[in-house]
Amino acid sequence: MTELLTVSDLAVSFGEVRAVRGVSFGVAEATTLAIVGESGSGKSLSSLAVLGLLPAQAQVTAGSIHWDGRDLRACGADELRQLRGTDIAMIFQDPLSALNPSLTVGYQIGEMFRRRRGLGRDEARRRAIEAMTEVGIPDAARRAGSYPHEFSGGMRQRVMIAMALALDPRLLIADEPTTALDVTVQAQILRLLRKRQRDGLAMIIISHDLGVVARTAQSVVVMYAGRAVESGPVADLYTVPAHPYTLGLMAASPSARDAGRRPQPIDGYPPDGAALPTGCAFHPRCPFARQRCRTEDPELRTVAPGRTSACHFAEEVLSRGGAVGHPRA
Amino acid sequence: MAAQSDTPVLELVDLVAGYRSRQGPLGRSRAVRAVAGVNLAVRAGETVCLVGESGCGKSTVARAVVSLLRPIAGEVRFDGRDVTALDRAGRRDLRRQVQLVFQDPYASLNPKMTVHDLLSEAWRIHPGIVPRGDWDAEVAALLERVGLNPGHATRYPHQFSGGQRQRISIARALAVRPRLIVCDEPVSALDVSIQAQILNLLARLQRELGVAYLFITHDLGVVRHFADRVAVMHLGTIVESGQTEQVYERPAHPYTQALLSAAPSVDDWRAQEGEEIVLRGDVPSPLDPPSGCRFHTRCWKARDLCRAEEPALVRRDTDHPVACHFATDAHVVAADGH
Repeated sequence: MTELLTVSDLAVSFGEVRAVRGVSFGVAEATTLAIVGESGSGKSLSSLAVLGLLPAQAQVTAGSIHWDGRDLRACGADELRQLRGTDIAMIFQDPLSALNPSLTVGYQIGEMFRRRRGLGRDEARRRAIEAMTEVGIPDAARRAGSYPHEFSGGMRQRVMIAMALALDPRLLIADEPTTALDVTVQAQILRLLRKRQRDGLAMIIISHDLGVVARTAQSVVVMYAGRAVESGPVADLYTVPAHPYTLGLMAASPSARDAGRRPQPIDGYPPDGAALPTGCAFHPRCPFARQRCRTEDPELRTVAPGRTSACHFAEEVLSRGGAVGHPRA
Repeated sequence: MAAQSDTPVLELVDLVAGYRSRQGPLGRSRAVRAVAGVNLAVRAGETVCLVGESGCGKSTVARAVVSLLRPIAGEVRFDGRDVTALDRAGRRDLRRQVQLVFQDPYASLNPKMTVHDLLSEAWRIHPGIVPRGDWDAEVAALLERVGLNPGHATRYPHQFSGGQRQRISIARALAVRPRLIVCDEPVSALDVSIQAQILNLLARLQRELGVAYLFITHDLGVVRHFADRVAVMHLGTIVESGQTEQVYERPAHPYTQALLSAAPSVDDWRAQEGEEIVLRGDVPSPLDPPSGCRFHTRCWKARDLCRAEEPALVRRDTDHPVACHFATDAHVVAADGH
């Protein structure tokens, strides 16, 4: 499968902090890639870099970003702006901060069609209502005249999705799209996203929640302290993780439906990006850590077909067996 | 599980509570009964979880329990006594016996106070718990108890990570030796790898000190291994309650079934499309709850009776109480999840 987006060895610095330290990922049509990590892992910065939307203090310091054969790092601001919204769209965790509170929702979605497609007012409005209906907003013709604060959290996120998908982008980047939502509403939004992916949309989901990732993605990149520590197909990675951090994250994730699995914590705390441990950044929290881990930062290497791990002892982690569904001692 | 006495530490009896809400700048304010008749008991040394989605009234329950809100009707009883009937000294004692741990450890700790001051503040307000000369030693003991370095008592909250700050919040709650801690989403703001640390800490403190928890959360996964009993709340009422395993293994209310089905789990990569129950539409507004059963607008089992009559929370050929007229009807699998 040819990749639409290919990111190689991306590095982003945030002031003095090396927030992303060499991350590679790619996504093809009609597939979903998940970037998983906890706060401060660099997962959001990686995707913002793709769109050229990094905050002012942050900049890409190394690596390449290719979109459909084009080198995005060589593109100017105008070219990137053209790409955003038409070819690549993005949605965020908090839809309220991404919508203008003083304009109706219908007007804001219609703006996409007026600005980018040059449609007239009435036609833009008609298309906006269509887009709202498409994402399951009931009574869209009437709701188009409402303001963002008149919508519930779930409906607002639908509005954001309608806006993001209005111009039929080929890639949607969704940063924690359901984190602010109730579980029953989250289930609705994830189902909607899965449907669009089956219809051909490429997606990158950024999430801290392995359960949400399990419901949406085909492949996963796990990030820790600015690095990709593991990547691979969902089924492989979830069955038998190849990095101790993934293993720990699996064991820490609560499950409402599995009586046998009590969440196990990972000892210690995530490191401060400005004062990373020597060697492997995960070693102070790692049950597999040995002397070598304290001095030598492991390369991300292929450990099985389609799978990478940045652990000196990945084979040992793999042979240890799955964290999930394993009877506890 | 610690020994449980007969009189509950906390008892909610037909509790009705809420707040006034104004619609628009000139609108008339009206009473929102966010909690519309709740019965719940928490015994000494026990953990009871109140689970529900936003707007279900779970935080209003918490506010009523810690006397930040006066009930509209019904009673909040502590040790068998109605808390609204307490005299000044009784109220003061209640504020010591019942402590609150909040979701956001960034907002709930005064950034200008050292850890030592945060923990000893309550001893100033409630003299007689710890003599002044013992404050330093007691602060060190508390920090050690919650897994923090006792040498860090002179540091400020910003010098700690989120998980460490939540440990400070817990130490502060413990400082006055309470019998009940109301935990309002205490791990929701924390990274997954840290959540289990805090839950394990709370469980250990309960074993060591016998403190009871009323644990309020939206996350069904979190409470499964933590709660002794669970009450599921929806739009101001409890729709199902029981021992944790009863509710999780044999959920009888359609709303509980939907919640359990919708909660994402790491095993879900095996799931087939359409396998989970996806409810239609939004949670109705608590300003204007539906007639009869408040869940009927989103329920795939709903019939005329549900629109007319509110079901009581009682056993219905189930091993635990459930507020659904058709709880024991053959499990209707909704077409396409609806």
